[in-house]
Amino acid sequence: MEWLIQILNSVQYGLLLFLVASGLTLIFGIMGVINLAHGSFYMIGAYLAFSLTQWTGNLWTALPLGIILAAVLGLVLERLLIERLYHRDHLHQVLLTFGLILVFEELRSIIVGDDVHSVVIPAILGGSLPLTENLSYPVYRLFISAVCLALAAAMYLTIQKTRLGMMIRAGASNPEMAQSLGINIRWIHALVFAAGVALAAFAGMIAAPVSSVFPGMGNQVLIVCFVVVVIGGIGSLKGALVASLLIGFADTFGKVLVPELAGVAVYLLMAIVLLFRPAGLFGRG
Amino acid sequence: MRTRTLVLSLLAGVAVLAFFPALAEKFYVQLVTKIMILSIFALSLDLLVGYSGLVSLGHAAYFGVAAYTLALAAPASDPANFWLTLPLSLAASAFTALVIGALVVRTSGVYFIMVTLAFAQMVYYFFHDTRVAGGSDGMYIDTRPSIGIAAVDLADDLHFYYMVLALLAGVFVLLALILRSPFGRALQGIKVNEQRMRALGFATRRYKLAAFVLAGTLAGLAGYLAAAKEGYVNPELMAWHQSGVVLMMLILGGMGTLLGAVIGTFSYVLLQEWFSTLTKHWLLLMGGFIIVTVLLFPQGLAGLPRTLAARSRSGLREKNGDA
Amino acid sequence: MTSRRKFVQQVAALGTLSAASAIAPTLARAQAAKLRVGLMLPYTGTFAALGNAITNGFKLAIEENEGKVGGRDIEYFTVDDESEPAKATDNANRLVQRDKVDVLVGTVHSGVVMAMVKVARDSQTLLIIPNAGANAATGSQCAPNIFRTSFTNWQPAHPMGKVMYDKGHRKVVTLTWKYGAGEESIESFKEAFTKLGGSIAKEMYLPFPNVEFQPFITEIGSLKPDAVFVFFAGGGAVKFTKDYAAAGLKDKIPLYGSGFLTDGTLEAQGASAQGLLTTLHYGDGIENAKNKQFRYAYGKKYGVQADVYAVQGYDAGLLLGGGLAAVKGSFGDKKALYAALEKVKVDSPRGAWTMSRAHNPIQDIYLRRVEGNANQVIGVAWKALEDPARGCKMGA
Repeated sequence: MEWLIQILNSVQYGLLLFLVASGLTLIFGIMGVINLAHGSFYMIGAYLAFSLTQWTGNLWTALPLGIILAAVLGLVLERLLIERLYHRDHLHQVLLTFGLILVFEELRSIIVGDDVHSVVIPAILGGSLPLTENLSYPVYRLFISAVCLALAAAMYLTIQKTRLGMMIRAGASNPEMAQSLGINIRWIHALVFAAGVALAAFAGMIAAPVSSVFPGMGNQVLIVCFVVVVIGGIGSLKGALVASLLIGFADTFGKVLVPELAGVAVYLLMAIVLLFRPAGLFGRG
Repeated sequence: MRTRTLVLSLLAGVAVLAFFPALAEKFYVQLVTKIMILSIFALSLDLLVGYSGLVSLGHAAYFGVAAYTLALAAPASDPANFWLTLPLSLAASAFTALVIGALVVRTSGVYFIMVTLAFAQMVYYFFHDTRVAGGSDGMYIDTRPSIGIAAVDLADDLHFYYMVLALLAGVFVLLALILRSPFGRALQGIKVNEQRMRALGFATRRYKLAAFVLAGTLAGLAGYLAAAKEGYVNPELMAWHQSGVVLMMLILGGMGTLLGAVIGTFSYVLLQEWFSTLTKHWLLLMGGFIIVTVLLFPQGLAGLPRTLAARSRSGLREKNGDA
Repeated sequence: MTSRRKFVQQVAALGTLSAASAIAPTLARAQAAKLRVGLMLPYTGTFAALGNAITNGFKLAIEENEGKVGGRDIEYFTVDDESEPAKATDNANRLVQRDKVDVLVGTVHSGVVMAMVKVARDSQTLLIIPNAGANAATGSQCAPNIFRTSFTNWQPAHPMGKVMYDKGHRKVVTLTWKYGAGEESIESFKEAFTKLGGSIAKEMYLPFPNVEFQPFITEIGSLKPDAVFVFFAGGGAVKFTKDYAAAGLKDKIPLYGSGFLTDGTLEAQGASAQGLLTTLHYGDGIENAKNKQFRYAYGKKYGVQADVYAVQGYDAGLLLGGGLAAVKGSFGDKKALYAALEKVKVDSPRGAWTMSRAHNPIQDIYLRRVEGNANQVIGVAWKALEDPARGCKMGA
């Protein structure tokens, strides 16, 4: 029965990871920009959760506020900096976004400080469901999984079934043609980037109560996201979902079965995938 | 023309650096030693990024592997044998670069960047999560390696300084020669247009792998020296932050010009020392500086004259009404 | 043209650097009479509160001695080590080589302190450690110029082996971060517990400073041991006790820890920590005059309650003061100074203690129970516990 709980743990971690990685793979797939600062948005979200919850008093009001702030940040960033990277080579993108990481980390340090913080779980979600004779499963973690699933479904529907999604897909496969057909590519790019930032920040916000808010959290999540994108294939949301869940399982079960190598397990997985599918599981060559 | 520039700069640089300890305090001699070691690291990456067009975001892995090899091979309280431990560390780095390289050269473009990063992280986590070498606390090396020649004592900071200077000059000359050789020319050709090179009959993957291993080995040399100097190794030596920093040094100095690697390293570390006296949040200044450099001066300091000349030329053209 | 410009640039840069470095030391020499104390502690990051408490305690001890040590005024040089082992050597060198401190005081993190130990040994600088418990600092790396006023990672955990065995627990699971302090604590506990006949069902580790405990807590639930022993400190300790309680295990599988699990964290932990038993060389409610006076003075000066870290910093100040007084403030005869430091009987708020031959405190370890917001001392788990100093070649 305890295996079930470990499965729940794996799925919850995987889904949260998907939320962050989806932004990264979208930005990459649609704009061709490799964004190292993506982990920083996750961190910013967590700190936003902490600060806003302190200010408004509970997480429910903090969440929508945080999403809006993050989206605005994304828009501003895209217009000011990211736009200049679309036609630059990847090295410059890497370096500029690396500089951004440093800037974000220090700004956070100046504004909020470097302490570790915890965020209080809202009372309704504070309980635990007894699942075995010894163990209960925190309701909040179920909430996280549910929200991530809902968002994943929403993303899929938006991209596959709406006009906006059609424009995004058109812009991804042939920007010039889409532009000449009257689609405002600049606006699409800004929207996608802002959405990516908001997704990562939102993930950070809902994860904050279970992961704590600490300075290094952005960097930690970034690397795993990269692995997700490599395994799943750049630009593929389906790939990101599958890869995230795979990693969730590898990491969780690795920790209890082969603890010494748990950290390495994720990269071994990536190496194996690369041997057989150099473009990722669902990548386009 | 290029050769004359290189030779002049090399001689001038060596002269200045050789003279430096006579003027400076012990702390600054140590600082410049550290900068010279990092220059070797940057030079090795320049071979990959600047000349072969392979953007590796995981170069610090080979730096760290060599450092850890020395730490693991060094006896508990006696000095390690330089002539045994150096080749051993270089071999370890080379081997790691070979294994990882074989996997990553199958990818290209952005995938290449991401997988080099991810594999370096694997090496990082291996040393960080296991107790093979002290885990996140790191390991220390009791005494510096001994060269076995009575007159030379590496524990003396001054002797160590000159040895590093000699090695830096050696690596510089070695790379300059390699880049002028057919092998080096082929690499530069691959950077410009890999498909064309393949059409001409070059086995580009093998060339890339060779460059990767050579760069990894030289990074290992830097790592060995760093470990010998500090007497302490720690997984952060191979963190991707370190890989990012060395890339920054390259772009600061100018990629694809060996001199740029050295200038970039000196500039970065000196900037760092300066910024940290200004504020404890000096990384903010550094980050901003990098962003500005990438946006406005992508050719770096070594390419500054070129960038300025091009700007003024295009400015003139606009003034004169040319397209 | 390009090469000449580059040449000039390089020479100018290096020239300025040399000039600056030549002038700097002359200015510093003018104040040789003051004692230069280098504080290398975390002032940012997860251990910032500890760094501040130690500094406060140290300065309080100096103040109570009219602001002097051995009759000399003090000049402080401070470096924030950020609890980063990777930067430790550079930071320590900055204090020792550039600022030329007479005494190095620090730090909290065991990984950082080992770099400091190396620098201190290489440069023959006096080092006083007011927290980091790395066994090796007063073990295999012990030296005449290295002293500690806190504990070894071995000390607080060892008595818990006996405590848990006496409570009837026989099968135990351990969990901690995979770093020096965590591993040395668990090893010490294991040594005592298994020697008495207990067994460790599983030793679990997670990377430092990760706080995703969920898979491990689930594993504890499925292993069903008699009890659990952990080592965590700071923010991680808060999260763990809360997660443990949230998984419903608090009342089913008793949780024990070395004192750091509940020191300085009780307010944040609230209900999840109530009733927990821990062992440490300090606690609330120690009834001796020195402790009362210290806590009052500390509370009055800094507006916060003193904790074990403040005591350790305070004792470092007492140690330095006592040692220097015995040699009339002179650093000339280092051997005499070190001998004097060895003989100081530190009148500490935790109870008076003396140095072991390896320069670590020989002290009582208290058993404490969490009651409200205090770690109430309910007994002495081990009297006058001396760290075995394995591998130390001094003073045999």
